Amino acid sequence: MAGLLRIVTCGSVDDGKSTLIGRLLAETLSVPEDVLEAARWTRRSGSIIPAGEVDFSLLTDGLEAEREQGITIDVAYRHLDLQNGLRAIIADAPGHEQYTRNMAVAASTADVAILLVDAARGVRTQTFRHLYICALMGVKTVIVAINKMDAIGFDEAAYRGLAERVGESAAKVGIERLLTLPVSALDGDFVTSRSAAAPWYDGGTLLELLRSIEVADRSRSPHFRLPVQLVLRAAGNYRGYAGTVLSGGIRVGDEVTVGRTGVSARVAGISVAASEAQEARAGQAIAMTLDREIDCARGDLLVQQGEARVPNDRFAAELVWLSEQPLARGRTYELVSGPLRIPATVTGIRDRVDVESGHRHAARDLAINEIGRVEIATDAPIMLDEYARVRDTGAFLLVNRGTGDSVGAGLMLHDLRRGSNVHAQAFDSDRAGRSVALGHASKVLWFTGLPGSGKSTIANAVERELNERGIHTYILDGDNIRLGLNKDLGFTPEDRAENVRRVGEVARLMADAGLMVLVCLVSPYRGDRDAVRARFAPGEFLEIHVDTPLDVCRERDPKGLYRRAAQGAIPNMTGVGQDYEAPLSAELVVTGVGAPGPIAHTIVAEVLP
Amino acid sequence: MSRTGLLDALEAEAIEIVRETAAAFDRPVMLYSIGKDSGVMLHIAHKAFAPAPIPFPLMHVDTTWKFAAMIRFRDEIAKHYGVDLIVHTNQQGVADDITPFTAGTQEYTRVMKTVALREALDQYGFDAALGGSRRDEERSRAKERIFSLRLPGHRWEPRAQRPEMWHTYNTRLTEGQTMRVFPLSNWTELDVWQYTRREGIPVVPLYFAAERPVVSRDGALIMVDDERFPLRDGETPELRLIRFRSLGCYPLCAAVESPAATVDDLIEELITTRLSERAGRLIDGEKSASMEAKKVEGYF
Ligand SMILES: Nc1nc2c(ncn2[C@@H]2O[C@H](COP(=O)(O)OP(=O)(O)O)[C@@H](O)[C@H]2O)c(=O)[nH]1
Repeated sequence: MAGLLRIVTCGSVDDGKSTLIGRLLAETLSVPEDVLEAARWTRRSGSIIPAGEVDFSLLTDGLEAEREQGITIDVAYRHLDLQNGLRAIIADAPGHEQYTRNMAVAASTADVAILLVDAARGVRTQTFRHLYICALMGVKTVIVAINKMDAIGFDEAAYRGLAERVGESAAKVGIERLLTLPVSALDGDFVTSRSAAAPWYDGGTLLELLRSIEVADRSRSPHFRLPVQLVLRAAGNYRGYAGTVLSGGIRVGDEVTVGRTGVSARVAGISVAASEAQEARAGQAIAMTLDREIDCARGDLLVQQGEARVPNDRFAAELVWLSEQPLARGRTYELVSGPLRIPATVTGIRDRVDVESGHRHAARDLAINEIGRVEIATDAPIMLDEYARVRDTGAFLLVNRGTGDSVGAGLMLHDLRRGSNVHAQAFDSDRAGRSVALGHASKVLWFTGLPGSGKSTIANAVERELNERGIHTYILDGDNIRLGLNKDLGFTPEDRAENVRRVGEVARLMADAGLMVLVCLVSPYRGDRDAVRARFAPGEFLEIHVDTPLDVCRERDPKGLYRRAAQGAIPNMTGVGQDYEAPLSAELVVTGVGAPGPIAHTIVAEVLP
Repeated sequence: MSRTGLLDALEAEAIEIVRETAAAFDRPVMLYSIGKDSGVMLHIAHKAFAPAPIPFPLMHVDTTWKFAAMIRFRDEIAKHYGVDLIVHTNQQGVADDITPFTAGTQEYTRVMKTVALREALDQYGFDAALGGSRRDEERSRAKERIFSLRLPGHRWEPRAQRPEMWHTYNTRLTEGQTMRVFPLSNWTELDVWQYTRREGIPVVPLYFAAERPVVSRDGALIMVDDERFPLRDGETPELRLIRFRSLGCYPLCAAVESPAATVDDLIEELITTRLSERAGRLIDGEKSASMEAKKVEGYF
């Protein structure tokens, strides 16, 4: 809705941001006279501005002093009277240590950014960072104010050179609209009044450019979005779904759908700020009645019928990390998006972006002020929008459930579909949460080999060593399982396949519970083993071939199987009546001859990174 | 974009914040100071939940030194909007005879306002309190949040404040934490009056010019509202055409001489004067301290 223009200001320390904003506020009479008076007579040490003149930088500088006292204020908000009956709110992020985070916060609501470049110092890496964050947060228009033009004598060529370089960066990060102008914050050229100092510049002053910005008219979006804040109930069976329309528009008689359930109803009535209306649009706080009773509560999203997507519980997001405590994979937070609140786990961290170059690098964690792509799983399916499509319903905060702090700001990128390997990947990652709790990763060590090859002996030795290191383990032994879970199965190829499959599934559940699982199973067929492997994410399933010569196995014959097979009592005995298909690419091959201790040691060294 | 658009946008934002407060907290309350900002906030609460009733009580912290006209107005307005009204006074302060005349202004304010408010919030177990403060009231408020977290003991800790992004407010509280919520953060004094006019919101008549009995003290016009006012030797109240830009405890409110008798007059006057509103409140009116001293106090 037309109304308030929201501005974010970006600049590095000493670019002249305080001076520029202060002057803009003062010259638009946005500062009360008594505050202005104080800025005439107060001076910071080192200031060369004569007493009696306004030091514009003091008008916005309360925050600087606080910084000196060690207090970090992220964003300050100020009114700017645009002098045509309109209002702007300037969100000013002090440009210090927490800059990325603060700027992301300030930019999250902005329609336009004012980006300062110090003409004397030129374009620097910070300029790219400012542009990058603006683009990321969805700020459509950026006004580049090339400041301190007085210091370079309003040199046109220098200005053009700077403007061009900023333009290239802006194009690279995808800023939709870029306006550039020369200013002197100190002397006032082109802030609110034109100047003869740069006859070659025929564009508007900063104030004129700001007035020319259209407040993003979200009501023109085709995507109607009403997050339900609360359900109002009153006499006469009144049930009003109350909230602020964040995008698009709706009319009485339209069909709307609850995103979570897919159930639709017709809009029976609308009230905008308590007055009855036929329609509502983005920016308005409304209450809506429907023509039938449906399941719809606080946190639900109402959309135009046909627009509801299948709700999903896995998605990829860009995450700005706000907390001193780094993000690690597997943590669970409260996800907050408008009125929606739901537990969510960061199941994977894909990368981190270098905001001064735009390059991405693989990452395992995110520290404060870092931005990266992550995968998130929610406790139940929800309908979030893609941030690029609808800003306010594609954004979320991650809240630490213990401290209540907002630790991450997320922008939804896309759903992760179910059923595909992506799903398996996400599944696997849930386990990461439990791994954190147990203090170690969970994996499946699949020991395959001929009967009597030494699988159990070696597995026992491995288990002992793992336990000594505080790792929680469990051994799934083929023979034991055949006595219980699989006692209905025989030794035909089909039954063996089913035997392997079931053991594989049990191993998967146990690994999911966070255990290091050691499976001892002949599992002679490659296809069966590969089928189990496919149920795991790369790196979670380790095939260990206990490759002991048949002669040795036959010689040992701990359970008398070879003897009985030789007597014809076991027709399908592997290695005798049926072939053993050795793995082609096992993670490890050990020879089950000699003391188990050193063999176990080799395996543990391989398993524990 | 127009002035109407601006008021609509401010109203919509305030409604959203008031609704969020009602929905996200267990026991919210709206602080009601009887002033024009409170009036707007209450009107907005009415609109936010209509046709349902306002789902939280109003609370007035009564120092016992408010203008008599304010108290009459308060009781009427609660009925007008059909809302529960809680009036709380720091009884210990009354027993200790803490008045604007017996204690210093600062001590009086601390005991009868700040302590009284904390006491009331604790006594009723409110976890969120809506207040009518605006960011334009004074510069230090530029950094204040809309949802402003208070740590146990109602402490405001700048470092603990939460970033506010999009339309998403983190309302989670842990043990002992509470929230102050300011739905009018982005309004100016002029917005408040223009909205008051547009919506026909009732206000205390003291905002409008009338002949009232005043004495002049230290350059400020103070209204003699009742017989508790201790007149100094040779002081006699005289009738002057005055009004108030902000209302509080009558011995602490400086009147301005003004003929503005209607909302229209008032808006007209406001547009032509640019003096910050707080300059009219004695509490904040620092005598022109040396700039050096201000620095030491951390003013800049
Ligand atoms: N020559 C010149 N100096 C400026 C201009 N704008 C700001 N400055 C100076 O640059 C310094 C930093 O300014 P300030 O506004 O505090 O920068 P901030 O750190 O970005 O807020 C101060 O000494 C200003 O006087 C300008 O347009 N021209």
